[in-house]
Amino acid sequence: MGTLEAVLLTIATAATPLLIAAVGELVVERSGVLNLGVEGMMVMGAVTGFAIALMTGSAWLGLIAAIIVGALFSLLFGFLTLTLVTNQVATGLALTLLGLGFSGMLGEGFVGQPGVKLASVYIPGLSDIPLVGKLIFGQDPVFYISIALTAAVVYFLFKTRAGLTLRSVGDNHGSAHALGISVIGIRYMAVMFGGGCAGLSGAYLSLVYTPQWTENMTAGRGWIALALVVFASWRPWRVLAGAYLFGAVTIGQLHAQALGFGIPSQLLSSLPYVATIIVLVLISRNKRLTMMNTPASLGRPFVPDR
Amino acid sequence: MKKTLLALTAATLVSFGATAAYAKTKACFIYVGPIGDFGWSYQHHQGLLDAEKAMGDELETAYLESVPEGADAERAIERFARSGCNIIFTTSFGYMDATNKVARRFPKVKFEHATGYKREHDNVSTYGSRFYEGRYVQGEIAASISKTGVAGYIASFPIPEVVRGINSFILGAQSVNPDFKLKVVWVNTWFDPGKEADAAKALIDQGVDVITQHTDSTGPMQVAAERGIKAFGQASDMINFGKETQLTSIVDDWGPYYIERIEAVAKGSWDQKDTWAGMKEGHVVMAEYTNMPDDVKATAAATEAKIKSGEFHPFSGPITKQDGSEWLKEGETADIGTMLGMNFYVKGVDDTLPQ
Repeated sequence: MGTLEAVLLTIATAATPLLIAAVGELVVERSGVLNLGVEGMMVMGAVTGFAIALMTGSAWLGLIAAIIVGALFSLLFGFLTLTLVTNQVATGLALTLLGLGFSGMLGEGFVGQPGVKLASVYIPGLSDIPLVGKLIFGQDPVFYISIALTAAVVYFLFKTRAGLTLRSVGDNHGSAHALGISVIGIRYMAVMFGGGCAGLSGAYLSLVYTPQWTENMTAGRGWIALALVVFASWRPWRVLAGAYLFGAVTIGQLHAQALGFGIPSQLLSSLPYVATIIVLVLISRNKRLTMMNTPASLGRPFVPDR
Repeated sequence: MKKTLLALTAATLVSFGATAAYAKTKACFIYVGPIGDFGWSYQHHQGLLDAEKAMGDELETAYLESVPEGADAERAIERFARSGCNIIFTTSFGYMDATNKVARRFPKVKFEHATGYKREHDNVSTYGSRFYEGRYVQGEIAASISKTGVAGYIASFPIPEVVRGINSFILGAQSVNPDFKLKVVWVNTWFDPGKEADAAKALIDQGVDVITQHTDSTGPMQVAAERGIKAFGQASDMINFGKETQLTSIVDDWGPYYIERIEAVAKGSWDQKDTWAGMKEGHVVMAEYTNMPDDVKATAAATEAKIKSGEFHPFSGPITKQDGSEWLKEGETADIGTMLGMNFYVKGVDDTLPQ
């Protein structure tokens, strides 16, 4: 395996969890709901995925369980913000705190145990092609899921009627409601989709990235995913670009350090954030287009008239 | 109303009675990471559990985990000081200023700050372990088994504690192979399994075949295992994460110190101290030497024994600094001040020290 190939593979691994969580949150925000609980749902997914995989011996079951738990956990957020109309920002933050604490409690017995690793795909012949073989045909299955997920979300949001409905709910929930669309129902589904994605993203960390469970192992990736959605101005392919750019600069700066470039490491460490923000700001600098992409009802509570 | 008052008075009396019967000592701990990190904070928490076991009913404990270094730390320490803690252990370098600040306001509470050097008030002690002793042994092992002649070092923050470890490691390595090289990657975090794993991958991709870390997760060990190279554990014995990978691990054993200091508070004999103990006192323990040839094992054990007996000091001259200037002459050993404030590399480290 050549160095370049190894580097590219590492970048894909770093970008995948960000992409999955961010695409999920994008759908949530497109429906007009701001869920700041991504980190909490992610860490719940991480602990569930790890525990179930260890108990059953199947990483796949772990992934599925993580998606379910992520979705159920987000349902709590949905119930509070959509049915009881609590403040979305505060509830989302609470969800993160709850997830971090609760996952620590659940995972107490799993600390210090090596986990089950999800095996990478291997196609004889194709996976052995120099440079691109492993990159295209030899990665972990979740990598392919993440790309397919992004494409599916693009198709759903912009090519289907259901997607149009979801966007209309996010843009003007009053009008959508007047047209007879179930605003709350659609938002519930979007929130659960986001939760499932966050759960999967968390399980990726505990089953592929570093097959282990430690408290707070998401280490802020949920927040990065949230930021990516905003900087990508709610466009799925830009989220993908942002996630990969972030991954590339993160890995690149580690290599630069190992090569012994005389650049201060603190500066290098901040590069992924700086670079991602600059690039995404540049590609979304058309103010009118950005305004069009921003869900107009984002974060605004909806109480149907009776 | 009267009834409530009566009840309150009764309750107060009862609680006073209880205090009089046997004075409980309350020891409180502040951790930088989660106790489940299986590294630094995990080991401090093991120390707390040891103290509980040793002192039983006489001891009451409390702890806060994942407290960020900075403004939050001050608030957390102050909360403990107000809540009746008799002794507070702040277990990360970054709590140094916060600990001293709070100590000024609570002169009756004893403060113990790990790995720092500031004791601005009489009620602040500092303590640390001479992990560099273990790092020297690691360096020796690394140079003996490495085929590429380059090791990778995953570092957290450029503080003296970490720099000292890097220097000791390279000195140990050079004692075996004078041309041995060390690549250093700073991840600017104590705990992020993913990022630590990424750093390990980057180092391996650049040709290192032994990895050591000064961060707290088991991420790098797992990457090393996956890629089939060797690695050293950190803070706790990480053999479960690399049965064919871990060479040894520097295990922090804080139990004896915590018991000693808490008992001193209980007896009223606590005094300000700066403790810096190592292998000799049992604060720095090497995990079993594994996955290496027997002769390397024997050399490592011999060096460990020599450091324990005081016969050998990892920082003994002649040592040249990275910039080529002389640090220690033949026969000299480093003084404690320079070691505690170490802010320079010795020759052979392939990195620019972040300032």
